[in-house]
Amino acid sequence: MLELKNVSYTVPEGKEILRNVSLCIDDRFVAITGPNGSGKSTLAKIIAGIYQPTSGQILLDGEDITALSVTERARRGISYAFQQPVRFKGITVKDMISLAAGKSMTVAQVCEYLAEVGLCAKNYVNREVDGSLSGGELKRIEIAMVNARGTKLSVFDEPEAGIDLWSFNNLIQVFRGMYERTKGSILIISHQERILDIADKVIVIADGEVNACGTKAEILPKLLNVQIGCRYTKEATGA
Amino acid sequence: MMDAIQKNLLEQVAGIHEVPQGAYSFRVDGSLYDKHDSENITIVKKEDKPGIDIYIRPGTKHESVHIPVLLSKTGLKELVYNDFHIGADCDVTIVAGCGIHNSGSAESEHSGIHSFYVGKNARLKYIEKHYAEGDGNGRNIMNPATIVVMEEGSYMEMETSQIKGVDSTRRSTTATLGDRATLVVHEKIMTHGEQFAETNFTVELNGEGCGAHVVSRSVAKDRSRQSFLSNIKGNNRCSGHTECDAIIMDDASVTAIPEIVANHVDASLIHEAAIGKIAGEQLIKLMTLGLTEEEAVEAIINGFLK
Repeated sequence: MLELKNVSYTVPEGKEILRNVSLCIDDRFVAITGPNGSGKSTLAKIIAGIYQPTSGQILLDGEDITALSVTERARRGISYAFQQPVRFKGITVKDMISLAAGKSMTVAQVCEYLAEVGLCAKNYVNREVDGSLSGGELKRIEIAMVNARGTKLSVFDEPEAGIDLWSFNNLIQVFRGMYERTKGSILIISHQERILDIADKVIVIADGEVNACGTKAEILPKLLNVQIGCRYTKEATGA
Repeated sequence: MMDAIQKNLLEQVAGIHEVPQGAYSFRVDGSLYDKHDSENITIVKKEDKPGIDIYIRPGTKHESVHIPVLLSKTGLKELVYNDFHIGADCDVTIVAGCGIHNSGSAESEHSGIHSFYVGKNARLKYIEKHYAEGDGNGRNIMNPATIVVMEEGSYMEMETSQIKGVDSTRRSTTATLGDRATLVVHEKIMTHGEQFAETNFTVELNGEGCGAHVVSRSVAKDRSRQSFLSNIKGNNRCSGHTECDAIIMDDASVTAIPEIVANHVDASLIHEAAIGKIAGEQLIKLMTLGLTEEEAVEAIINGFLK
């Protein structure tokens, strides 16, 4: 279980990105949504340890991990899929999946993880994770890496970003499958209604704060009717 | 018999433990140690200077030649001339390499001048590894020169690597290409400590429809210095590409000077050069997989130079 207690984050230039965020991730599938610029990706980076919060606490299964490095958090069971996957010259898909799994993998084992994200493994195993792969292919490999780690918490930062509509249909299936198999929690940052639709819990972040939190049945209807986070709209409508 | 040090050098530069199958020539501590001909490959010791002539009969397919050089005595300096005559329509692999073990305090130096005459429509893969080690203070120096003359329709792939231990190297490669000939070069260099490595390619694209692709990847650590120079001249309808990609670390210094010269309106030439440190996001990505920063650096370098 991951718990955030009063987490705030201010960039060195002074702008406050997150303000007193408290939330608890103990369901199997939690989605965080909210307008662009609301602080969702910052929150994911704070959970992974890439950013240090200005104040507040992060607990994983009761242990305070706020001061732990990226590596230490990864080893304690946090995985993080980047919104924009990183490219590496010379490192193959098989190498990356092996690094993620923390052990040397056979081609057959790598193939299993690639098949789960809808990639025909034979064509990818020995490809380099570099500019020769398309954005959509890199996103799938990014997801496969998190699956190969199989940790208790998997964080995905907008997995649908940069994926075409045709691939997106498959992506929903990938997350449905993951939901069935996971023994831990999946935390996914997304704008997509269809991804929110498979979540047990939906958290709405707006203007750096938790705006709403509840089951999809509670949150989704509000989301579709109310425009959150646009001050101009709020003011204009008197909301 | 070779001793344990020499056997280790052999494994490092040629990936073999004992004498290989097929044709070979071993040079150990400054003199010809052993050589063996095959039915299609003849190795002849030069009479006028140190070195050998290797003759590969036209049409020879799927054969290989190993010509490792091992230096295990400190202070040995040598200059060797090896000439390879590859007949028309051959398809062969040549594995060369130089290993130095310098346990003394004097300089050890091996400079090999390799000339390749690649016959019409022949295919050649040439692999060259340089490796040095030592527990003394003696410097290890290698200055290889490669001269390539490619006839019509021939193809040569050259893979060179220098990963450890060579304190100073100046490598020069000169190639002249005939009609429809293709040259592909992949070079890998890693320097550390106070080492210095210079590599210099000159390619004359003379033939109609010929092409060259020269790629260098290197990592410079500590206070080492590297310099990459390439000059590709398009003298006919041809294509040429040169690429230098370097990772710089610590207090190292890397210079890249790619030059392309078009002397023909249908010459299509490209050069690319990039030098930079390891990207922070690459380190972070690998750290999110549970690697420490040091392990991440190692994984990135190993992949880059693979």
